[in-house]
Amino acid sequence: MSEKQKKATAYWKENVRYLFILLAIWFIVSFGAGILFKEALDTIKIGGFKLGFWFAQQGSIYVFVILIFVYVRLMNKLDKKYGYND
Amino acid sequence: MNVQTWTYILVGLTFALYIGIAIWSRAGSTKDFYVAGGGVSPLANGMATAADWMSAASFISMAGIISFAGYDGSVYLMGWTGGYVLLALLLAPYLRKFGKFTVPDFIGDRYYSKTARIVAVICALIVSFTYVAGQMRGVGVVFSRFLQVDINTGVIIGMIIVLFYAVLGGMKGITYTQVAQYCVLIFAFMVPAIFISIQMTGNPIPQLGMGSTLNDGSGTFLLDKLDGLSTELGFNEYTDGSKSVTDIFAITLALMVGTAGLPHVIVRFFTVKKVKDARKSAGLALLLIAILYTTAPAVSVFAKTNLINTVSNEEYSSMPVWFKNWEETGLLSFDDKNEDGKIQYVADTSKNELTIDNDIMVLANPEIADLPAWVIALVAAGGLAAALSTAAGLLLVISASVSHDLVKKVFKPNISDKGELWVARGSATVAVIIAGYFGINPPGFVAAVVALAFGLAAASFFPAIVLGIFYKKMNKEGAISGMVVGIVLMLFYMTKFKFGWFGGGTTADWWFGISPEGFGSIAMIANFIVAIIVLRFTPEPPSNVQEIVENIRIPSGAGEATGH
Repeated sequence: MSEKQKKATAYWKENVRYLFILLAIWFIVSFGAGILFKEALDTIKIGGFKLGFWFAQQGSIYVFVILIFVYVRLMNKLDKKYGYND
Repeated sequence: MNVQTWTYILVGLTFALYIGIAIWSRAGSTKDFYVAGGGVSPLANGMATAADWMSAASFISMAGIISFAGYDGSVYLMGWTGGYVLLALLLAPYLRKFGKFTVPDFIGDRYYSKTARIVAVICALIVSFTYVAGQMRGVGVVFSRFLQVDINTGVIIGMIIVLFYAVLGGMKGITYTQVAQYCVLIFAFMVPAIFISIQMTGNPIPQLGMGSTLNDGSGTFLLDKLDGLSTELGFNEYTDGSKSVTDIFAITLALMVGTAGLPHVIVRFFTVKKVKDARKSAGLALLLIAILYTTAPAVSVFAKTNLINTVSNEEYSSMPVWFKNWEETGLLSFDDKNEDGKIQYVADTSKNELTIDNDIMVLANPEIADLPAWVIALVAAGGLAAALSTAAGLLLVISASVSHDLVKKVFKPNISDKGELWVARGSATVAVIIAGYFGINPPGFVAAVVALAFGLAAASFFPAIVLGIFYKKMNKEGAISGMVVGIVLMLFYMTKFKFGWFGGGTTADWWFGISPEGFGSIAMIANFIVAIIVLRFTPEPPSNVQEIVENIRIPSGAGEATGH
């Protein structure tokens, strides 16, 4: 494997690792907190919101937005590290 | 000034603005026409994507649907936003690096096959046409209520406007009008929401107002009040659903994956300069969409509470003017079953006397809350902006599929750039006329099918694109059979349970208890499985294709989008 290819493979591995972590959070807030564990979380109340209901109609959306911006930052750093920023 | 005058002024001003932008940003080449020249800034693309994405359904219908569905409505909120995470992380950057004009372009090149391209074109056309018919209808409804013209005239006016800027400006015209339309629609959605939030809870931020206490000094939380009112009338608690957990899970997943697989959304990411910009503009798009999507559930709660308070057990004769106005449009109807002159709005269908269309909740909300005339007119302009921007985006996908993917890539490869541009304009015109026809004569299944367009996109495109990027060895045989099995399975399930074909069936016959709306998840999984099994028995893709895959994984050196 050439030097160039090795670099590309290493970059891809780190990228995929980020994806796994971010998508795990994506799954936990929506399918987890908003759906599967909604009943349990609803016993907790924050202000007028039952927590499971809040995640389903508000919280998960906020987390989605944050996730993409975290991804943008991580990838910009990664691109720089491997010299792929142009 | 009255509502009517305000509506003419606001709708007239916004239409003049869209036309002005269209003239300023005419397309000179196919590159302008398909990808706006490829130099759109991430913010402009984010705004355009948001307007493209938020259709008449998001603006007019969604809050109303949630009003009546309560917690069950969460599937739309999570589904239609969570898809952007998939889009940003799994698709947009790589498709931008790939650098072509359309989704079938990617499928055709990555799977080195004309068959794959044609299958992708057919899927794109099915998805886009079902969607666009609903938009034209939305335009008609807004016109008929607010400008007192009949629905058909409304549809025709909408057609002419869209025709003008989509045909003249292509993607370039559409992009910059969508930027303006985003501003109009978000302003139009937020102003009444903020007003009503202050009125009901004293909190100017609707997202917080929804979880606050009522303004009437009782100290009761708004959501508790609504839960109480709902159970009193025999409905489920608002914050609790009636759908099964499995079905909620499946529908949310199908909507998320479908969102990420919709060609008119994906194609927007071909218009930015660099891979980096594609990621950033996906983030900005979701941020701008989230403003509406986190406000909508608050609007639902305000509107539902207001509605129950206004109508429940009140004299029919003492109903406010808006009630009569909406009765005339047929979207609201009262049938005094027990002849006591009062309105009984209850869960029991044999006693319920009030039928309310979902769409009223947003459109009539400012009137129900007694807001000033200009706010009501603003909602009309916003609804039109939402419907027109989405219709234009879809028409572009349709025209590009025909002129680029079929004419240029399959039937007449040596067509000149100018010739292709004219074919693109011609097919956009034909598409507008077909969409208008369906807007005027809506086949009964339009409403049912729009929601299913997501299932179709989830079942066909998403797996093929993801495998194309993340599975280097995926070959054409696998991808094509996956797409065909996915979309056929989805079509079968939806026609069986929605139209009663293939013997029909009732809720009890649903596979795994999953509704047709959620079945896209299952069809998508079937697509993945079939693709991987077929791959095992067929030759791996040629080495130059594997090199393409390695190349799109690296962000640097994204050239300009080309079609040649």
